[in-house]
Amino acid sequence: MTSIDLPYTKRTLANGLDVIVHEDHHVPIVAVNIWYHVGSKNERPGRTGFAHLFEHLMFEGSEHHNTGYFPPLQQAGAQLNGSTNTDRTNYWEVVPTSAVDRALWMESDRMGYLLPAVTRERFETQRDVVLNERRQNYENRPYGMAIMAITGALFPPDHPYSWMTIGSADDIRAMQLEDVQAFFRTYYHPSNASLVLAGDIETPRAFDLAERYFGDLPPGTRPLPVIATASLGHEHRLVLEDRVELPRLYMTWLSPAMFATDDAELDLVADLLANGKTSRLYRTLVYERRIALDVSAHQHSRELGSFFLLAATAAPGQSLADIAAEIDAELDRLSAMGPTDGEMERGLAQAEAHFMYRLQTVGGFGGKSDQLNAYNVLRGTPGFFSADLDRYRRATHDSVRSAAERFLRRDARVVLSVIPRGQPALALAGSDPVSVS
Amino acid sequence: MTVVDRSHLPDVGPDPAFTFPEILRHTLANGLDVRTVEHASIPVVTIVLQVEGGSGADTSDKEGLAAIVADMVDEGTGALSAIDVSDALARIGGDYDVDVSPDVTVFSLTTLTRFADRGAALLADMTTRPSMRDTDFTRVRQLRLDRLKQLKDLPTAVAERAFLRLLYAQHPYGHLPIGSDAALRQISLNDTSALHSATFQPSRATLVVAGALPHKDLLGIAAGAFGEWTNAASSSTPVQRASAIEPSEVAPPRLSIVPREGAAQSELRIGHLSARRNTADYPALLVMNSLLGGQFVSRINLKLREEKAYTYGARTGFDWRRGLSPFVLQASVHTASTADAIADALGEIEGLRGSRPPTRDELVLAKASLTRGYPRNFETAQQVARSVAQLALYDLPDTYFAEFVPKVNAVGADDVMKAATRYLDTAKLSTVIVGDRSAIADSLGTLGLGMPSVLPPEL
Repeated sequence: MTSIDLPYTKRTLANGLDVIVHEDHHVPIVAVNIWYHVGSKNERPGRTGFAHLFEHLMFEGSEHHNTGYFPPLQQAGAQLNGSTNTDRTNYWEVVPTSAVDRALWMESDRMGYLLPAVTRERFETQRDVVLNERRQNYENRPYGMAIMAITGALFPPDHPYSWMTIGSADDIRAMQLEDVQAFFRTYYHPSNASLVLAGDIETPRAFDLAERYFGDLPPGTRPLPVIATASLGHEHRLVLEDRVELPRLYMTWLSPAMFATDDAELDLVADLLANGKTSRLYRTLVYERRIALDVSAHQHSRELGSFFLLAATAAPGQSLADIAAEIDAELDRLSAMGPTDGEMERGLAQAEAHFMYRLQTVGGFGGKSDQLNAYNVLRGTPGFFSADLDRYRRATHDSVRSAAERFLRRDARVVLSVIPRGQPALALAGSDPVSVS
Repeated sequence: MTVVDRSHLPDVGPDPAFTFPEILRHTLANGLDVRTVEHASIPVVTIVLQVEGGSGADTSDKEGLAAIVADMVDEGTGALSAIDVSDALARIGGDYDVDVSPDVTVFSLTTLTRFADRGAALLADMTTRPSMRDTDFTRVRQLRLDRLKQLKDLPTAVAERAFLRLLYAQHPYGHLPIGSDAALRQISLNDTSALHSATFQPSRATLVVAGALPHKDLLGIAAGAFGEWTNAASSSTPVQRASAIEPSEVAPPRLSIVPREGAAQSELRIGHLSARRNTADYPALLVMNSLLGGQFVSRINLKLREEKAYTYGARTGFDWRRGLSPFVLQASVHTASTADAIADALGEIEGLRGSRPPTRDELVLAKASLTRGYPRNFETAQQVARSVAQLALYDLPDTYFAEFVPKVNAVGADDVMKAATRYLDTAKLSTVIVGDRSAIADSLGTLGLGMPSVLPPEL
């Protein structure tokens, strides 16, 4: 077994900012990566989509560089971006080694001095840009609204995972500039943030620079953790009409939170069910019986609780009922007999290789800097890389079987049929119409 | 603690030195062009096999054939079924990918160094000796027919198909690799085997091996797996070479619409045929594109997104191929703003050609964004292997990477203006809209591009 790890050094500044450094001198670039521990889970009904809209404002300028975040960094040869999900908001730059100072100056300026740069005009423009993002990625995309119908049924209305990070269009339209200030003061400060510098930089210099640019920012108050629970008492069958040619079936279950017991097992279950031609459902539905065009399964691991999502698109003329019956039969088999030895070997080989591949890039989404922040923010320590892999190494035939049996139950799930408009008969029997906007 | 001076941004130091990967070329006894690159970050090897052909080898009655050939490669070889191949790839944690582009088909396999020999042998079996069973062929073709049906609802795919067809008409670059329903139904297993035999020849391929091993070991991996591959008798069968065929001179309509009633946004493509990838003006075109629409801080994105909020983002680029390639602007814009967005986009392109030449700051920014971060393109073995394969595709020298930065830095404002005048022509730009026709028809009249021609969702 290869031993692989992601080494780092961590210090916490006096103002509460976690700083993590990882050296990799192969290419003369440095990744700057900041996580703020805030996402759509911190929103409340009626204000959905705010965390993400706020992320857009972070690229419009800050007090001491009040003309847009991109130009000085692109001029330095940087690549940069940010993203918001349910649990966190991340921002990153990958810069040539010669431009680290500039990137840290920019990041620290928006952490400390954003508000003077947020004007009504910028706010309203970005609100419209976000509405366009929503139209492009959800409303104008086939099956794009399915995930909204699913999360709305999986979680109770006051659970923050019941809405999407993009938010509802009405909520986005109703947002006010005044909301920005309170949000910034609550969530955007050193004690709710974590900074990683990874790449072509010596550790002592990295800490010096972090102290220099971020050390004098006021700490702020660490926000209270969000607590929310969800449970499903029975099977919910829903149907959504969409502009699509072929019906698609989604089955979704509530599942253990990221890094919790059984989270890795359900990852392995997703793989053996639907990853590649060898997987059970691909083989049955697509390869042998040819009743589906595609099938996918994924354990969506989240901080407050996860969900396991299985989806299959019907081949022309094939019924969702037939597909559902095959899936149920396969889940029954897995719950009763567990994985084969071959499936366990394959799952482990793939996990080992994919952890190795994760060490190839220092920056960007999913690069080493992003992973160190994920572990630090969601696990409390950046040093979880090899322990994370061990979760997969420790999985056994019994633990995988048992996870499938306990979580992928027929009597506690959301089953959504997405069907072509005007053809309700194509949905699973007993499905209630759901509307999302 | 030193107090940070926030009155001005820190300067950026001199660009750090970077040694571009050394490429060693080898020719195996069977004629296969092998290139090796040592890349020593983590114990991973990437093998890229690039085969001459691609969707440009599809004849007009068999559009989609090259993609089916590529699909059949992981459908079984020797005693291995399609399922066995998938299992074998999974057991080495292999990251397998195939990309059918207009001039070539590229297979890529990344695996752990300790599995490199096994991975290479498997890739060689798959690509050079696919089983080509009838039952697999029928399934693969049906999946592609069904996929085509789904694409009719995907505005980006509909726009892409319509745009290529308008620009290239019946030229072999005028279709997406997936082809058309009518053509896919014509394609037989015999056609598939014949195109495979004609194109998958050592003399028509380039193999790149990059990873954490010395050159001689990387070469050993290549020779061990691909050394026995021979040029089949049918290698003399002519294969259509798209880049050798001139596109017709007929100008496409200025404005076209594929109706999508009730669409939340209009999907736009605006462009025309423009330049070849291996033109000496390539660096000037890159700089021109960068400041016009190639990055976030470009004229078109700043205008359409940051100033007008018509869209989540707008960008321009060249869809490069060996032959004449399109310049294209793409954006998905709010339905109500469709005509305004088109007018602004056309205005920005026209402005760069005359009334608003690049400013000094724009030029500095465009060049810096292309050059200063250039080394990050060489971080992974896969990035390196794919970049080296591109050299073979466009017949570029091994010194290309080292020369890139100085060549871009040598581009001046005049070069950008010359490139804009020579390679962009507002009078020839063709606009395709996939959107709500009844909602936007009236406003389109204000563009002065005439009545839009109406296209079906498939062409």
